[in-house]
Amino acid sequence: MKEIDQINLPEDLKYSEEHEWVSTDEDNMRIGISDFAQDQLGDIVFVELPEIGARFGKGDEFATLESVKAVSEVYMPVGGEVLQVNPELEDAPELVNADPYGQGWLIEIKPDEPSQADDLLDKNAYLAMIKGD
Amino acid sequence: MRYLPHTQGDLQEMLQAVRAQSLEDLFSSVPDACRREQDLRLPGPLSEWELDTHLKQLAETTGPGQGRASFLGAGSYDHYIPATIQALASRSEFYTAYTPYQPEISQGTLQAVFEYQSLCSRLLGLEVSNASMYDGATALTEALFMALRIAKKKKTVAVSKAIHPHYRQVIRTYFEPMGFTVLELDYTAEGQTDTATLQANEDLAAVALQSPNFFGCIEDLSSWAERLHANKALLITAFSEPLAYGLFKSPGSLGADIACGEGQSLGISQSFGGPGLGLFTTRKDYMRNMPGRLVGQTRDRDGKTGYVLTLATREQHIRREKATSNICSNQGLCATIAGMYLASLGGTGLRDLAVLNRDKAEYLKQQLREAGCQIPFSATTFNEFVVRFPAAKQDIPERLLARGIIPGLHLGPYYPELEDHYLLNATETKSKDDLDALVKEVAA
Amino acid sequence: MKEFDTPGASGLIMEEPLLFAKAKTGRSGFSLPSRDVPRAELPPEAETRRPDLPDLSELEVVRHYTRLSQWNFGVDSGVYPLGSCTMKYNPKINEKLAALPGLAGAHPLLPEAMSQGALRLMFELQELLAEITGLDGVTLQPAAGAQGEYAGMRIFYAYHQKQGQTRRKVLIPDTAHGTNPASAALCGFQAIPIPSNAQGILAAESVAELMDTDTAGIMVTNPNTLGLFEENIGDIAQIVHDQGGLVYCDGANFNALMGIADMGRAGIDVLHLNLHKTFSAPHGGGGPGSGPVCVHKELQPFLPLPWIVKNEQGYTLVHEAPDSIGRLHAFYGNFGVMIKAYCYILSMGPLLKQASQCAVLNANYIKEALKEAFHLPYDRLCMHECVFTDQYQQEAGVSTLDIAKRLIDLGFHPPTIYFPLVVQGAMMIEPTESETKEDIDSLIRAFLQIAREACEAPDELHKAPLKTKRKRLDETLAARSPCLTG
Repeated sequence: MKEIDQINLPEDLKYSEEHEWVSTDEDNMRIGISDFAQDQLGDIVFVELPEIGARFGKGDEFATLESVKAVSEVYMPVGGEVLQVNPELEDAPELVNADPYGQGWLIEIKPDEPSQADDLLDKNAYLAMIKGD
Repeated sequence: MRYLPHTQGDLQEMLQAVRAQSLEDLFSSVPDACRREQDLRLPGPLSEWELDTHLKQLAETTGPGQGRASFLGAGSYDHYIPATIQALASRSEFYTAYTPYQPEISQGTLQAVFEYQSLCSRLLGLEVSNASMYDGATALTEALFMALRIAKKKKTVAVSKAIHPHYRQVIRTYFEPMGFTVLELDYTAEGQTDTATLQANEDLAAVALQSPNFFGCIEDLSSWAERLHANKALLITAFSEPLAYGLFKSPGSLGADIACGEGQSLGISQSFGGPGLGLFTTRKDYMRNMPGRLVGQTRDRDGKTGYVLTLATREQHIRREKATSNICSNQGLCATIAGMYLASLGGTGLRDLAVLNRDKAEYLKQQLREAGCQIPFSATTFNEFVVRFPAAKQDIPERLLARGIIPGLHLGPYYPELEDHYLLNATETKSKDDLDALVKEVAA
Repeated sequence: MKEFDTPGASGLIMEEPLLFAKAKTGRSGFSLPSRDVPRAELPPEAETRRPDLPDLSELEVVRHYTRLSQWNFGVDSGVYPLGSCTMKYNPKINEKLAALPGLAGAHPLLPEAMSQGALRLMFELQELLAEITGLDGVTLQPAAGAQGEYAGMRIFYAYHQKQGQTRRKVLIPDTAHGTNPASAALCGFQAIPIPSNAQGILAAESVAELMDTDTAGIMVTNPNTLGLFEENIGDIAQIVHDQGGLVYCDGANFNALMGIADMGRAGIDVLHLNLHKTFSAPHGGGGPGSGPVCVHKELQPFLPLPWIVKNEQGYTLVHEAPDSIGRLHAFYGNFGVMIKAYCYILSMGPLLKQASQCAVLNANYIKEALKEAFHLPYDRLCMHECVFTDQYQQEAGVSTLDIAKRLIDLGFHPPTIYFPLVVQGAMMIEPTESETKEDIDSLIRAFLQIAREACEAPDELHKAPLKTKRKRLDETLAARSPCLTG
């Protein structure tokens, strides 16, 4: 497992306490899990994603990630409608491990209330949280 | 006692090592209120010889006896079991092992089960098979729950009345607390499930049929599949006699989404109804919704092919109350036996054996018809069929029993409308003489 | 290490491909009965081709499975201290008697007059299990421990229905096996976890806090999965009963308690046993098992059908009872497994108590011998098994998995690992009463050797096992790209 100072946390993303990230620079938001989360889970072998068009509130479970011997739920950092799901993950779930912020993104949503993202953590606050974990 | 190896000396040394005075001291954490008030009141210990004598007495008072013919089928079938099966299944490396949690020293069990999965998948015409369930009844129950998981919001399933009555009783037990609706589909005058009894139903997740069904009749699976798929419902096909698929088109090739049932016919002793073997196969799309264990192929650190338990995240030890089932074992040894049996027969042998089974039953059916019996159902059958003995001869079953012939299963207790009907089974183990003897008694 | 100190060595290990790779159409390993009836016309539903199964000769089948068997470790191969699984000796006489043609060939729907031997065996086995557990009614129908749990939960459901109540929750300790919550969920119950206390057992107060009239009861494994007796079970039962609930005991670990505990007096209402653990029936590489359920007399009316009853004429089956939960199995359960357990009990008689005592002695002996070298999270008298962790070895980067794999090279089956979940890096060792002091000493030496190796050459341990036919297998690859058939 990585040491905390090896964890990659891009500056331009927002993070949730449940270890999801959100990109907030466009109207539609992309969601994935943090480098810290993928490292904790270990080799991801299967990703179950929602259907396009599904709606979830903030904090709802929208996906599950499976490693060989564990299952983890992923929760909506911001509520909204699912516009896209990452089609690559069906055949290559390992992308979540290899590139959690790039090719390993999970879903793209149209947020119901973009301001919900304001309550999320920035890089430093998130880092402080995982150090305290 | 030969199973308890500790000598008095061993006991003393070991008690000393754990700083206890006596064996009783080891149980100081068991409060008095939880203890027995008396010593065990049990017979024995019996010597090996005494036990042998006692069990032989019990065995002698079970079964129809030497030289008597039984035409009982109804979910448990008398097939010849090759000597190789008993020899190989008695290898204690197979039967004294447990679940292959440590794959490096369990490759025998793992490869045997992987082969079993492959054989089931080929036999039933579906892409994936699990490592087995308890029996046909519980496999079918699990299939219905699986269909409801796949359908997500739907809450209704329909089950044919021509499915084994015991299987339907098990379904009832499991479904009662769960709040789902189970519809029952009637059967036609031809002995098949009646399509007319199924109304259009948006809430329907799946229909379960048995083929050959309890009356031995082959169901028209492809037209059911077409109809159900048009309504986004699944077709579950059960069976109690898998040898039929040595001859008939496989359920998968006819559109079944889940094919499951009893595998006792595949080299497993009848053993008063258990252990049996629950076969369970489905489409690859539904793999992650399957209950039960799965063995998968992989590589070791040297790159060599090997086998492991896989997709365990579906199971109870990881997903706990959200698991696809509470099942935590499989019928490992029975699955291994089924693999040995199918490997012994091969595709050629299975086909020949299945044809012979049907030919025996067809011969018997024809002879009984000529002897004045009614064969009420006209649908195609495999090695089992329903007979109504001539009305004027109500005493036939009793007469047969008195002659040491068990005339199949009386259907009255299961289907009141079939009060004077019997379900007869004839496999390869019945000689023409056996069949003729039955017919002769009926005609007398 | 000296020769014969531990049995590990490399054996006669042949390679063997899948059946499909060996097949040649037209071969046969089966003796087809001769045809004495005419050929019937093929019906339209028939397939035109033979099924796509491999054709092999008899010797090819025999060699195939013989070679496969040689890659397996069983109780007959060596010490198999797999915690919670009770890998005791499986007596050969029991295998022989279960295969007697009268019993193995019996059809389940034979007329009762022709099934008296089989029915008597089942009836007597029920009586024996009632005496051994201290409970009143027994069903043999559940085909495995998990189905026994299910039967128990289903009885909870039926009992409360009968009282006119639908209770929605069941309390389950955090040390429980995953089947417990899964079985409860299958009856529509919500599983409510209860933490165990610092001593590794349940405190009556934590049960009192959670128990209410919406809770159907509690499922307790006793001895629990840490190998400890739940000492407060009497008080816990009282608390649960006061709120109208029932107490279920998972008896998977009953091998510690034969002739010692009386589950009826302990306040247990429902208990399942595993005939393939406590009562010597083999595990069969994962099954078939048998999981009888014993109940307090008040719950007898709810037992699954059919019931076996004894009257003047002999033994008979009862197929209807208004309060019964119904049927759980196509016939009567795994009769073949019941025969073996019945034979075992008759062979042992009152000596069953000594079996439990020796099982507990063996576990405590191992615990004392290893507790310096391995971290023992609960240092107290254990029952039939003891639980260690890899805490000390982790300092050198050696994990429970490494220790388990190294044991394989030294000729032992590893213990249960990473369970119970409440202990990080758990190793759960259950020696059973079958092992001699010499074999247990040998197992202890192997553990101690590994503890030394963890300090001296930790990297070597990551490579273990080295002597097996296959090295460590890639489970991630298996799960990422599932290949389930060949």
